Amino acid sequence: MGKKTLIIPCSGIGKAFGSIGRDATFRVVDELRPEKAETNCLSLLVMGDEDAKRQVQMSRCIAVDGCSFECSKKNIEMAGGTVSAHFRVMDLLRNHRDLKPTTVTFLDENGVKLSKFLADEIAEKVDELEVEAE
Amino acid sequence: MNIKPKVGVVSCSGECCGLGTLSRVATRLVLEDVRAEDTVTICLPLFLAGSEQEREFAREFPTIAVDGCHKLCAKKAIEKYSASTAASVDVEAILEEWREKAPSDRREMDSVGIRLAERIAEVIAEKVDKVRGDA
Repeated sequence: MGKKTLIIPCSGIGKAFGSIGRDATFRVVDELRPEKAETNCLSLLVMGDEDAKRQVQMSRCIAVDGCSFECSKKNIEMAGGTVSAHFRVMDLLRNHRDLKPTTVTFLDENGVKLSKFLADEIAEKVDELEVEAE
Repeated sequence: MNIKPKVGVVSCSGECCGLGTLSRVATRLVLEDVRAEDTVTICLPLFLAGSEQEREFAREFPTIAVDGCHKLCAKKAIEKYSASTAASVDVEAILEEWREKAPSDRREMDSVGIRLAERIAEVIAEKVDKVRGDA
């Protein structure tokens, strides 16, 4: 097995979207694909931490953004990384209009469902990227 | 009438460990409940990506950085791109002082983690009061 895929969520704090992207990322790196994927602090990366920058520059990166500002994608690119795949929670919600999340701090039932859907999609992408890299 | 400005509470929300989750949840508790009327937040990733609106807020209004670990990314970011923070909270240092361990699960907090977040929210709230001159 090659190097791990790096998944970086925006973790935006103002809306549920950021919490869902963050939750889904942890589901992938800690539960669904711990042997294939990892994450790191977005803020550490942007503040110029050399180890974090090196990790981003040498990894397949997946950006997980809550909204259309796409902060994770932008910050990965600003740090010299290449975004191999990009997910936006707001797009996921378009496909699941019945699941409107209402809480931010602790996800409600709809937020948890969306997180699980997103985590499954990200995990599939991790597998795809690994096959492509081989 | 003396109108006091709201205070910006900015969490690092670090993804690498439970400390980041603790900083995030404590910050959200302050925003939603403990000092809901007195605080707002800045989206740190947006701030870092160069949002002038977020950076302008941190230049014009007092901010409190809430960092999960000693690296203090939120504090450093605000001071690099906007202005000095009015106060800062280092969650890792607080846990050391309290002789408490960081939550091991960074996704979902158990009751012990939630209680810790509530205690940290009280620390943040004290700083909010001090910054606003209410203490």
